[in-house]
This record gives sequence, structure tokens and C-alpha cells, in this order.
Amino acid sequence: MEPATFETRTLTGWGRTAPTVATVAAPTNPDHVLDALKQAGPRGIIARGLGRSYGDPAQNAGGLVVDMTGVNRVHSIDADTGLAVLDAGVNLDQLMRAALPFGLWVPVLPGTRQVTIGGAIASDIHGKNHHSAGSFGNHVREMELLTADGQVRTLTPDGPESALFWATVGGMGLTGIILRATVALQHTESAYFLSDTDRTANLDETLEIFSNGSDDDYDYSMAWFDSINTDGRLGRAVFSRGSLAKLDELPKKYRKDPLRFDAPQLLTLPDMFPNGLANKLTFRLLGEAWYRKAPKQARGQVMNLTAFYHPLDMFGEWNRAYGSHGFLQYQFIIPFGADAELRSIVRQMAESGHVSFLNVLKRMGAGNRAPLSFPTPGWTITVDFPIVPGLHEFCARLDEQVLAAGGRLYLAKESRTTPETFHSMYPRLGEWREIRRSVDPDGLFTSDQSRRLGL
Amino acid sequence: MINAVGTPQSLLLLGGTSEIGLAIAENYARQRSLTVTLAARPSERLDAAAEKLRGLGATVRTIAFDALDLDSHQKVVDDAFAEGDVDVTVLAFGLLGDAEQAWQDHATGVELAQVNYTAPVSLGIALAQRLRKQGHGSVVALSSVAGERVRRSNFVYGSTKAGFDGFFLGLGEALRPDGIHVTVVRPGFVHSKMTEGMKAAPLATTPDKVAEVVVNAVRARRELVWAPGQWRLVMSVLRHIPRPIFRRLPI
Repeated sequence: MEPATFETRTLTGWGRTAPTVATVAAPTNPDHVLDALKQAGPRGIIARGLGRSYGDPAQNAGGLVVDMTGVNRVHSIDADTGLAVLDAGVNLDQLMRAALPFGLWVPVLPGTRQVTIGGAIASDIHGKNHHSAGSFGNHVREMELLTADGQVRTLTPDGPESALFWATVGGMGLTGIILRATVALQHTESAYFLSDTDRTANLDETLEIFSNGSDDDYDYSMAWFDSINTDGRLGRAVFSRGSLAKLDELPKKYRKDPLRFDAPQLLTLPDMFPNGLANKLTFRLLGEAWYRKAPKQARGQVMNLTAFYHPLDMFGEWNRAYGSHGFLQYQFIIPFGADAELRSIVRQMAESGHVSFLNVLKRMGAGNRAPLSFPTPGWTITVDFPIVPGLHEFCARLDEQVLAAGGRLYLAKESRTTPETFHSMYPRLGEWREIRRSVDPDGLFTSDQSRRLGL
Repeated sequence: MINAVGTPQSLLLLGGTSEIGLAIAENYARQRSLTVTLAARPSERLDAAAEKLRGLGATVRTIAFDALDLDSHQKVVDDAFAEGDVDVTVLAFGLLGDAEQAWQDHATGVELAQVNYTAPVSLGIALAQRLRKQGHGSVVALSSVAGERVRRSNFVYGSTKAGFDGFFLGLGEALRPDGIHVTVVRPGFVHSKMTEGMKAAPLATTPDKVAEVVVNAVRARRELVWAPGQWRLVMSVLRHIPRPIFRRLPI
């Protein structure tokens, strides 16, 4: 068996900010991962998947990074129980393609399918169906975790080591390296969505349409909203809701091949965009077009995965459009009831001069038992800001308001907050640290993010 | 760690009483909680600088550092990194001295060369090894427009800065593959204790303004900046003026 290869590489997250250099091991099987673990020096080790976290959780300056994408076998998929046994490096695109022929669907899909199983668990990702399905960790039945002592532990949500299971869910890879997981997939009759679309005229209407229970009967819902216009149009949105179509709900032409993997990609963006192209003018035009292309109201439209779920996947490597200075994604959650604070923050974003095109508003459902899991009942907003002077100060002000409203930031998106702010946002951090310390007393698992936030 | 918007958490200031260096530290300390290590000869000024930074919410530590004691430099760097990563290191120490004395008095000239050139090289080498192990970090090297084209009026100082400038530009190239970023900063005339009593030159600036330039340059990972920026244009003209004309210029 060939040993894992090691090379020195400069790594960033999806936002292409704060590059650091690490030794990257690229194992192709779980034994290699153990070999890599033994090579870890004083700067520690961290696992990395497809690098879709925006900040620095999958970087380890001066240390070792294990690129897990080569450990990617789909071991088994049980068509009856829906249980899939997967290596940590399997990505969701690969899993969907493997599972659809059995009438099985990935229960939680984030805004991209370019996410590994390990990354999905470590970030406890959520999707547009959070209010109906919860986050990814809720669907993991078992996992194998390689811990600092070189042991491979089998963890279950309710078994003897359930505390470590839930510390690993949302634990950003800091409890060990996930090698394998058993995920409960969802049965489906088709790979198409039946979708309803509504356009709202302003922020009041947007919050109203979310609050009046209108998405209770749909598995998936989210809104794209306008955060550039500061007049009456502020917060106007394209609100889309949908559920996977049952066979008898599909028009005839789809019934022949209802489980077809239908996710087209137009092109991959080249790495040649200048800084500053993402500005108020271009975003205003794009936003206007985005808003207008949506129907004022539509019911029962049949949509494929890309159209309904992953419109950005039409463009591969779309992060390049922000130029070499990169961008950051600011995602926060504010509990229900703090609507005034939510409105105030949306207004400040529009008036700040920092422009964002990709603005998502979503109502989140109940959280799970993981101490560092992001979702809790409330509103979550996601915006993308290109890196420009003054962004640091602006985001620091937003942090204060999110914290004051009882809200928090999402570690998979976070790239710039302070340890103090983060610790206040996650009151269960102490509990999580205790569990982590019990399996990794010397802090072998370390990332740039864990150093930066003092996790 | 430096975060996505280019703001560090820890800063090492070599030349811990330098006004420009302290202005950089204060700028960062106002942005977020910062750990600062001030390396300088123990003095009341050093203590006062530390107090001022603490007043801005920074955690401050001082370590004794003498530029002329080359053998101690490795220990200074080791001490500075002993309590964790250093995100940004600023080399801010230097001597201006009396320009006419510097080229006629042996001791004065040699001291200038050692403080302004030999010591930075000595520290640069020690720093580079630490930073490579760390896998990240920025170095800010405070050079001078005086080194870009050396003038008769202060050529000893100018020549030390020319050497300094070249060393750190080169170090930046050498460290690129290791993820370490070096920014060389060329200020013009800066109002400070170093230039006290001197007649202000055109485009004169202040330590706070230089600090702003530095903070933006680190954020944008720039390799070479002038402070203020207009110096870039001025120097690109001056650089090409033939010597017979250059020597007649009142500069």
C-alpha cells in the first residue's frame, strides 16, 4: 500500500481571505489518515474537505492538514432502511448521484453540493428545510472518529459516548477526524420540486409572509432579499417554498424518469476578475434582474435541483467573481421576537455602503443537542460582502447587535470575529471544551480558526 | 491569526518606543483586542507607551532589546514568540543622527550602519525562521524614501536604508512560498522626535498617517508602499534625474 503524500500548500477558505501555509497530507484510505496523525508536530493537525467554509477552519498554519477528499468510498446504501455508510470524504453531489436510483434523497442540503460528509457533520450544516428536517447531525446514526490517541471510536447519538458524538457535530473538526458515517437518507419518489413563488414589495411583507405560517406545509423555504435599495423597496424579496414532488404530482413528461439527477452547470468562472467589480452599481443591476425575473406569484411550478435549490451552481467557482481580495459571508441568527433588531440590521446593511448580492433570509426550526451547532429557532440572514476598508468596523458593529439580540454567528461562515464575542454567543462553549479536553488534552486538533477564536 | 479583513490579534514591535511603531500598535488596538510585545531598551518612555496601549484595551508585554547587541537577537525573537503566534512584526527602530558627523566620525557612521542595517538583517534572519515554522504572519519593515535614491545631504543614513530596503524586499520574495508576507514602507519626512528641530520637508506626514498607510497595506498584502502615497510618483521622477542635475537640486 502506498503511503499518503505530503506537500506544502497555501490554503484559504471559500472567501479566499487570510491565506496560510501548511503541510497537506492526501490520504486515499483510513489507514493513511492514522499515518498522517502520527506525523503531526507541535502545530497540530486538522481535517479538510472541499474547502467550502468561508473562513479559516480547514487551515492550520505551519501544521498538518489532512485533505480527506481522497477517502471517498460509498460503502453501502440500503434502499429499504435508507441507511448509507459513507467515508468522510464522500461529497453530497456524489452521494446524491449514488442514492437517487434507489429513491433516496440527501436529507439536508446546504447551498452547494460540494461539501464532504465530514465537513457536513463538523459544521452541522443546514439547508432550506431546516424548519422541517433540522440540521445534518440529526440524520447521522453513527460515526467513526479518529481521536488524538490514535483510537478509532464508534459514536452514536444516544450511545455511551454520545457526548463526544454531539461535540463532534458542529465541532469544526476539533475533536478528531471523522473517518466514516452512517447517514439516514430520506425516501423520495422524484428528484423534482413543486415550488411556489411570491414576490414581496418590502421588508414588512417579507417578514409577514414568513410569519403567517405559510411555509408550514412545505419542506423547503427561503427568501432572497434586496439589501441595496434603501427606499421603500428595502427588504423586498423573492420568497420560494417547495417540497419534493410525489410521482402522481408530476406532469407526464417527468414521470418517465422521475429520479433523474437534473442539475445543469453552465460554465466555470475563470480566475481573472478584477477587485471592485462587485460594487453597488453591478449589484443593484443584478439584484433588480433577480427580483424581476421571478414571477410575482406562481404556484406548483416543477423545478429541478439547480433551479430550485442551487442557482449559484450554474456557475462553477463563482467565488472568483469577487477578485483577489476575496469576500466574507456574514451569517447570523436572531431569535424570534427580536424582529425590531432584525429590521434595524437589514437597514444598516443597506445604508452601510457595503454591498451584498447573495442575501438569504430563512426561518429556522428547533436546534439539536450539539453545543456548538448554529441553528436555533429564529431568523437567519446570510449576506456576502467583498473585502474593502471599513468592513472590519462595520461587521464588529453588527456583531454587537447580533449578540445583544441573543443571536450568534455560524462557524462555517465566520472569518473575522473576536474570541470574546464568539464566547458570549455560545454559552455552551465551556461544556464543549470539557468534552474536547477529555479526548484531546494537548489540543492536537488545531485550526487557524480555533487559534483565532481561542476555541 | 490575521482575520479575513486583515486585522491581527498579536503584534511585535521591534523598537518599542518608535512613534510610528506605536501609532501602528494604537491603530490596531483601537480596532480589536490586541496582544502587543514592545521590544526596546528599558526606559520610562517604554513604560509610558505600554501604559497608553493598555489604556486602549491591549494586553502589553515588554522585553529588553538592544539593537547593537547582535548576539541577543535570537533570544529576543524567541521570547517574543514564547507566548503564542505573532501575526504582525514591525521593525521600527533606527537612527537618523547628524548627517555630516556620520560620514566624518568613524564611531557615528558605524553605529548608524549597525543599528539601521546590520541589526535589522540579524533580526530578519531570526524572525524568518520563526515565521516559517508558524506558517503565517506579516512583517512590516519601516524603510525610508531616503534609501530610494541616496542624496549627498544624508547619504550615510540613506545608504543604510537602501540596504535595509533591499534586504526586506528580498526577504519578502524568499518567504513567499512559506506564506509569510513582508511589506516595505517608505515614509518621507515624518514629524516625530527623530526629526525634532529639523525643517519639515515637502509632503511631511505624521506617525498616525503612516500607521494608516501600514494598516491598509497589511490588509491588502501589499509588498511596497510609500507614505504618503504621492512619494511614489516623486521618487520615480527623482530616481531618473542625471547626477549632474541631481546634485544641484536643493534636496
